[in-house]
Amino acid sequence: MSFLTSFFNAMPGAVAQGLIWGLMAIGVYITFRILDVADLTVDGSIATGGAVCVMLIRMGVNPWVAVLCAFCAGLLAGLVTGLFHTRCGIPAILSGILTQLALYSINLRIMGSKANQAVGVDKYDLLVSQRYVRALNLDNPLPLLLIAVIVLVGALYWFFGTERGCSIRATGANPNMARAQGINTNRNVVLGLMLSNGLVALSGALLSQYQGAADINMGRGAIVIGLAAVIIGEVLLGKVFHNFALKLASVAIGAVIYYIVLQIVLQLGLNTNDLKLITAIIVAVFLAVPYLRAQHGGTKHKKQGKEQEANAGAA
Amino acid sequence: MLELRNISKTFHPGTVHEKRALQHMNLHLAPGDFVTVIGSNGAGKSTLLNAVAGVWQVDEGQILIDGKDVTTLPEYRRAEFIGRVFQDPMMGTAPSMLIEENLALAMRRGRKRGLKWGITAAEREMYREKLANLGLGLENRMSDKVGLLSGGQRQALTLLMASLQQPKLLLLDEHTAALDPATAAKVLTLSDSIVQESNLTALMITHNMRDAIEHGNRLVMMHLGKVILDISGEEKKKLTKSELLDRFAALSGVQEESDAVLLA
Repeated sequence: MSFLTSFFNAMPGAVAQGLIWGLMAIGVYITFRILDVADLTVDGSIATGGAVCVMLIRMGVNPWVAVLCAFCAGLLAGLVTGLFHTRCGIPAILSGILTQLALYSINLRIMGSKANQAVGVDKYDLLVSQRYVRALNLDNPLPLLLIAVIVLVGALYWFFGTERGCSIRATGANPNMARAQGINTNRNVVLGLMLSNGLVALSGALLSQYQGAADINMGRGAIVIGLAAVIIGEVLLGKVFHNFALKLASVAIGAVIYYIVLQIVLQLGLNTNDLKLITAIIVAVFLAVPYLRAQHGGTKHKKQGKEQEANAGAA
Repeated sequence: MLELRNISKTFHPGTVHEKRALQHMNLHLAPGDFVTVIGSNGAGKSTLLNAVAGVWQVDEGQILIDGKDVTTLPEYRRAEFIGRVFQDPMMGTAPSMLIEENLALAMRRGRKRGLKWGITAAEREMYREKLANLGLGLENRMSDKVGLLSGGQRQALTLLMASLQQPKLLLLDEHTAALDPATAAKVLTLSDSIVQESNLTALMITHNMRDAIEHGNRLVMMHLGKVILDISGEEKKKLTKSELLDRFAALSGVQEESDAVLLA
């Protein structure tokens, strides 16, 4: 009984964390799924977002403006990775690692050489705070976070339907074809990386407010959590959700599910030090399942493929 | 329409893999020319097309399209003038995108891509008509992903995409090589009609001598990165396969008179 009570008590927090990381995971979706680039910048840029936001709020800046500035800092981080990759010919994964490493020092500078900077909800007017996550009033962060996810999904649905957005999707789907159709693939890769890291930093800005502090290590393993959300969403909802907006939404839902599963595991007695291990196992399992399933059904698929070819030939 | 002046390209220069793929090559295409290009393996046919398309820059020489020097323009900028169909049916389309989205991408070749919606209702109607003309039933599958199409359907779609914005130059790089004979014939017929309809200037590489003879108004044979034979007009119409083989043997010094040399 006490298990269920504490689990339900932990639910609002899990959902709030899930929604915040959902914003981040949507950023990861843009690079990982749309651009087909594995971008490791995010471990750094999420902390950059948190650092910029917290320091600005501490200086008395309006929290909305602080979040916007965090977003812009993320854009810059993505720009650097993008230029490493497209202008300097450094492989994407290494470009991201380089920027991520550099950001560690930069984040420390932003935070005044401290590993942790607090932003108390008593002292500052924050957009979201963990303290009110079970409160039944307007201070509750859940409605705002939910609206943020919906607005983001809507905005990205629009953007990736525009001429520019379509050309970014084509860049990820087939860069040869994209160039043959006159699309500047390098520029689109940079744009996508910027947008992605902007969203990741925005998520970091909200996360730091929610937790009441920015921490130099808050981004460690962020990419894995983002991937977990993307993959959980796809495995569980991929068959049902075909529309692009729903696919983006399923990423956020994946993040929420991830945090709920994490809560269950914690309630079962594992401690928070084991979280990274659990995360890695969850992601490995969800990544392996589609692969193993395909291998298992491989012969069947091949047969179907041949039949299809024969039919197409006959037609 | 296309002018190649003394272009050269060497891959891996200064290594054991050094390959002089194009050697001071010259070629001039008049507007409306439909040139078929043949040659043995390694003659430089695909290198020629890639040089024109701007996949990389040539080592020397000049490339002009419709009088404009495009030698230093990157691939995506040259795309404004060029429609392309590749040998690999997977190359010319975005498999995870819809048929209509692929067409919409091609429709915007050479235009600025802004924040307007990526495809309009009027466009859709036009695509439906054009797809119906292909006779493959694709007009009813416009919101299918291209990945679901067969190789032949994809090549037909890529051809349509290449000609949607009238290109100054159409480049066909062995675009039927990966198809079964019946489908290949269909796609070739389609290529002919598209070239004729819009009076396009085209360059078609083929490994099939009969196709090279039967299509286009001019035939160019390449060997070791150069043009060794250029036949057009009445002379091309009368050309036979055995005659072509003889002339290849005489000009190239390769005595092996088997199809394998040219068909490779």
